[in-house]
Parts: sequence; C-alpha cells; structure tokens
Amino acid sequence: MTDQGFGRRDFLKKAVAGGAAAAATATAIPTPNMGAQAQQPTTQPELEGYEFLNLDEAAFVETLVDHMVPADELTPKGTDIGISIYIDRALAGAWGKGERLYMQGPWQMGVSSQGYQLPLTPAQLYRAGITATNDYCRKAYGKVFDRLDETQREEVLVGLSTGKVSFDNGLPVRVFWTTVYQTVMEGMFSDPIYGGNRNKAGWRLIGFPGAIAVHRENVEKYRDKPFPAQPVSIADMS
Amino acid sequence: MATQLKEVDAVIVGLGWTGGIVAKELTQAGLKVVALERGAIRSPEKDFAVPIVRDELRFVVRHDLMQNTARDTLTIRNNPSQAALPMRRLGSFLPGEVVGGSAVHWSGHTWRWTDMEFKIRSMYEERYGKNFIPGDMTVQDWGITYAELEPYYDKFEYTAAVSGKAGNIGGQIQLGGNPFEAPRAREYPLPPLTPILASEMFTQAAKNNGYHPFPRPSANASRAYTNPDGSKFGACQYCGYCQRFGCEANAKGSPLITVIPIAMRNPNFELRTYSWVTRVLKATDGKRVTGVAYTNLLNGEEFEQPAGMVLLCAYAINNVHLMLLSGLGEPYDPVSQKGVIGKNYCYQTGAGATLFFEGRHFNPFMSAGGSNATIDDFNINWDFDRGKHGFVGGYNVAGGFNTALPIGYRPVPRGTPQWGKAWKAGTAKWYQTAMNIGASGSVMANRYNYYDLDPTYRNAFGQPLMRMTFDYKENEHRVGQHAAQVINDIAKSMNPTRLNEATVRTQWTVVPYQSTHNTGGTIMGTNPHDSALNKYLQSWDCHNLFVVGANVFPHNASYNPTGPVGALAYWTADAIKNRYLKNPGPLVPA
Repeated sequence: MTDQGFGRRDFLKKAVAGGAAAAATATAIPTPNMGAQAQQPTTQPELEGYEFLNLDEAAFVETLVDHMVPADELTPKGTDIGISIYIDRALAGAWGKGERLYMQGPWQMGVSSQGYQLPLTPAQLYRAGITATNDYCRKAYGKVFDRLDETQREEVLVGLSTGKVSFDNGLPVRVFWTTVYQTVMEGMFSDPIYGGNRNKAGWRLIGFPGAIAVHRENVEKYRDKPFPAQPVSIADMS
Repeated sequence: MATQLKEVDAVIVGLGWTGGIVAKELTQAGLKVVALERGAIRSPEKDFAVPIVRDELRFVVRHDLMQNTARDTLTIRNNPSQAALPMRRLGSFLPGEVVGGSAVHWSGHTWRWTDMEFKIRSMYEERYGKNFIPGDMTVQDWGITYAELEPYYDKFEYTAAVSGKAGNIGGQIQLGGNPFEAPRAREYPLPPLTPILASEMFTQAAKNNGYHPFPRPSANASRAYTNPDGSKFGACQYCGYCQRFGCEANAKGSPLITVIPIAMRNPNFELRTYSWVTRVLKATDGKRVTGVAYTNLLNGEEFEQPAGMVLLCAYAINNVHLMLLSGLGEPYDPVSQKGVIGKNYCYQTGAGATLFFEGRHFNPFMSAGGSNATIDDFNINWDFDRGKHGFVGGYNVAGGFNTALPIGYRPVPRGTPQWGKAWKAGTAKWYQTAMNIGASGSVMANRYNYYDLDPTYRNAFGQPLMRMTFDYKENEHRVGQHAAQVINDIAKSMNPTRLNEATVRTQWTVVPYQSTHNTGGTIMGTNPHDSALNKYLQSWDCHNLFVVGANVFPHNASYNPTGPVGALAYWTADAIKNRYLKNPGPLVPA
C-alpha cells in the first residue's frame, strides 16, 4: 500500500478528522461463543494502536517490518505478525526506557569492543535513528523512508546494515541498525504475549515448538525425525 | 550512621554455590551464620513453573536473573593505554543476581581440573625448559594438588547430581568415558544424559579422526535422584530452556534446591536478601577483619554486621571488587608487578563452526544443558605436544546443543540475506538441519590482564567501579588457531551440505555473550608475595577472611570453572571446621 504513496499515516490523519467513524470501527464488541471461527487468528483489536510511536515513526516501522518480513507462502507480512506492535511496546516499556542500562557519564564513543556507549535509552535511540534515516532518505530520494519504492527501501537497508549510509547528526548508524535488527527479530520470534509473533507465525516458520514443557521421551523418539510441532505459547498454557 | 548489629560467628557475602556450601557446612558445625545476598529469593515452584519460565525474551535477552548493570557494573578496556568505559549492559558474561547466584541459570557442565592446571609452571618448565613460558605470562602453581581435591570433587558431583561416564577409576581406564581425566575414586552419581543426533554425529566423526569422544559431565539429572544430603532431584526433561533459566523440573544441580534449603532449615542460619555489602571492615591492626558494612536495598538503611569470620562468596568479579573497595591486600600494579589484588584476571577463548546437513532433523529445541559430546585430546592430554605449536594450555571441543532458542539461534549459511523472502526461506530451511561444533580454550595469565579501581565511574553507592583490562595475547591466538583447524577438519570429514567454518577470536569484545567464566583477581598460591590467598582460600593478610570462587584461580583452563569452584568451597569449609576453629590463625605460615 505504501508503494502507491498512500500509507497508514494518511489513513490515520484522515481518521482523526472523522473521529467518530474511526472510533466506531475500533470498538466492535467481540461476540462470545463463536465456535470454530473464534479459533481463527484474529487481529486482537485490544492490541492495536501505538503507545510510543508517533504517526511518522509508526509509518517508518510498519514499512520497515513489512519490507524485512514480506508476505509469502511462509508467513504473513511483518505488520500482520505484530512486529510493529512488539517494537512499540518494547520501546514504551522498561527496556525502551533504559532499564538495566548504566546511564552515568562521562560519555565517549570508545572502540567497538567496548559495546554500547550512547547517552540514549533504546527508545531515544530509535526515535533519533528514524528521524536521521528519514533525513537521509529525503536528501537521497526526495521523500521519507515509508514513501520509497521497494528498490529504494532495499538500498537504504543495505546502506544502514553495511555502514555505507551515515547520519549528518552524528548518530552512529551501526548502533541504530543493530538495535533495529534485534528488535525485528524479537518481534518475530519472542512469545506472542509481547505482541509480536502473532499466531506463532515465526515459530511455525522454523518448526519451533514454543513453550512446550517436556521432551524426555521425544529426545529418542524424534531423533533425526521431523517433530510435528504445533507450537504452544505462554498464553496457550495459562 | 550505620546501625550496629550483634556479632555472629561468620558472615557470608553472596549466597550462590560457594556461599550455600559454606553456609550449610558451617551451620552444621554449630556456627551462627548470617548470609547477605543482594538479590531476591526465587522459588522453583512459583518462579520457574511452566509456562512462565519458557520465555526467551525475559530470561535470555532481558537478563531477568542477572546482575543489574544500572546499579553496578565494570569499566572495560583491552589494554592499559585505552580509556576504560563502562560496560553499560551485560553481554560477554552474565553474573547472576538472585539467591542461588549464577548457579540458578548455569547449564551444569562440571569438570575436574587436574594437576596440569594446579602445577602448570612446574610441569611446563620441567618438560619444555624455563624459556618456554613467555616472560609476560604470569602463570604460577596453585599450591594445591589434584589428589588433595579429589574427595571434594566427588562430594560436589554427588551433591549436584552430575550425570556422566567415568573415564578413569583408580587408574583403570573406563570404556566410554574421558580417557585423559585424572583418576577418580568412583563413578559419577548418575549415568550420562541421552545423546542427541548432533552429539552422536560428532562422536562418530571424532572417533573416525582418531580422537576420544565422551559424553559431557553435567549437573542435569539423567534420572530422578536423591543426593547424600537427602535433596531430591527430578529427571531432566530435555526442555531446551537450560542456560539462563531456572529449572522447573528440579533436575539442574543448583544450590537453590540443595545446600541453601538445608542451611535455611538450620536455626543457626539467617539469610538477609536485598542486602548489598559495600565493604569489609578491617581491624585497626590490619591482621583481622571485623565484619561487613551493608545497605538494605528495600529502604536504603545502612548496617554494620560484626562477625568472627568473613567469607566472600559473591560472583568472582564482585569478590575482587569488594577486596579493592575495602583496602584489603595490596592492589596489583602491572608496571612494577607489585601487589596481588586484581592480578591474573583471565577469561576464555573459543572457536565454533556451524554444519548444515540437508535432510537431517536435529530438533535443536530438544536438549539438556549438557547434551553434547566432547574431546579432550587437546586439553588435559599431556601427551599432546604443545612444544611444536608454541602454546601453553589447550581447549576442549564439543558437538551438540545447549540452549538453541529462536531469538538467538537461527543458523544460516554465510552469505544468506539478512532479511526478505530469501532470508525467511533460508531460516526455515536450515534451522532444523544445522548443528554446531565448538571449542572452549584456556586463557593464560598475563601481566597486563588485571583489575583495579576505575578513576572515573561510580556505582549506585558512589563507589568506584572496578576496571577490567583484558585482551587475548599471542598464546591465546595460537590456541584458537589450532582449535579452529581441528574443528574444521572434523567438520569437513562429516561432509556437510554447507559449512560455516570456525574462525579465531583475536580481540576480546564485550558483546556478544561468550561465557560467564571470569577468573582470577584474588588468586591462591604458595606465598604472600605473589598470591592473595593461601591454598585454603584464606587471606594471607587477615586470617579470618576467606574468599571463595573462581577469583582464586591463578589462570583459566578450557573447562567450565564450577567443578573446582564447588570442590574448593567444600575444601575450605573442611579446613575451617577441622582446623581453623580449633586454632584461629593462619593455616599456612606466611
């Protein structure tokens, strides 16, 4: 959809204008006892909406995760797996706010063997990185990341991942990209309780059985045989 | 002002494996003991239950059971000319912060280090001459022998439910075990774990290459077990969530289900959690310590706990930090090579290959903590001639899995795209069809690898962080090169569809995770000029101070450290019970 130049951001901006209509669709009352239909993967409307990402950031992240995880016969696309929701929640939560991160100065970049040295929480890093990437895209292509065509998006991601792109504001590209990549993978492969890996799509992709409790018998029974994994999540077992 | 508490016989700082062992032994000997632990207590029944414990994001990625670096961390650098910067989040190693310590989240690999480590300088000099060990390699004999430690290894293995196959009982080589191990008095308490496909394939390939594979000894109970203290273990479920997780099956050898509950049932024992020890208090004559100062993390209140004896049993790094913060012993200086506290910090090196076999089904999610087969042909095999390879030490090689969960473990052949449809297809294709062969290599002490106090950065209590200066030296590069070559030769002999070859680690970096095997800093030895502690882990300076943990190792072997850590804790407890209490004073004349 973003290829046509009319993305989620445009929709949301219009939706704000027509607030009542948008609200009505968002508060559809779930019907209990829907039988087999209820077993189908749903979009879990209570998980929709962003806690941290603003409209520009949401458009960036949605475009990014759909580019990195495109729909095909193996999985739905990134936004349908909930990766953008996962990222939003991670950034809004304790990790995004710098829990467990030593945040005292003085600050120096150091050398790469010394690891993360930025005076930014993960949420601040993400925000600054999105802005810097969009600034780069405007300069290189005349439009922001979520308006680029697929080939251009690919060029940008290759540039970010190889360090060929640099940011004018001094933010280290490598650190931003590493964080982005890690969170996309987390959104695809962590337990669905965190908002991503919806319907265990990431686990189904690789045949990972999830929160399964025991393999004591399986370890011999399935040695060198495919394990018929119907993955189970924390919610499935709670 | 700190509140003065009533004196107790002994105060233990940190309640993991070593603190737990000492707490149990000393309370049973009738001593009044208080343990101060900065972490909380977790209950296996409630905190490690399925499904809540099956959470890779929480326990592996977000470090739920680990030290919180926002409050206290280290500064790090590769050499003394660099500016050290804080390790702002955990990476390379993961100290635990909970009752039970790192032994809650370890995998259970339990080895017996031998005289090849304890007599390292004597043995290499005798065989290769005085000049073989480089001048800046500060390895030295430990002052203890394998024979002295054997009964304590045995005690630890039977306490921790180690599953394995003996290779040498009383000098008789045993089929299926490690033929290079030093003689043991008896078999392991439990038979080996069920092998997985990856360990079977590695075993066969290693044999074909003329090596001597055996199942890795590991504190994962291969069947239900009651240890000599009456602690009960369930059978390992091969759940695949071992390293970094608590065990819901009570199958992992952990102090949380063995020595700690026994101590806690003893009226002589008191545990205070959320208690952060800031320093050890020294007597005015400098010959004794008088207790410790600590802060209650629940309200910030400060206390002084006087004690007849102080036992530092925190994580290896934190024990050294406390010694430096308390001004105990002379800090080590790499220029003059004077002083002992902070000396001989060591880590481990390694190399690893990933092998891809189209059509095989490794099911990497089915494994125990110790589901791999190992060879020691280049480790404790003294017949392996290091002379022509020019290195001291060695490495063990293993094939199999430990924790292979999908956020962290998605092997693909090198050159596979990192995202997009081709990435997804590669990830789907290779996840089930890959296995690893990895080496863990020793790191020899070096004059310029050490700890001291950082001049700039502080922890949440306003105290200087400890500064770690460390890098791999030429010796470790040679160990790594040799290991990578052996791994790649074994791997190629298995004819994988694709192979990501092993490469050599040249520089130490703080990311990614490597191993929680940090050693040295308050080393044991034969005299106070070049060591901080005597062979009973007793301070040369203050006879009522004992420091227990891998911080006492004068260098690091290729093996995981917990075997000798546990054995030395029992050894020290015995020395205190049987000798020190009768006649408090130095157990070895200085």
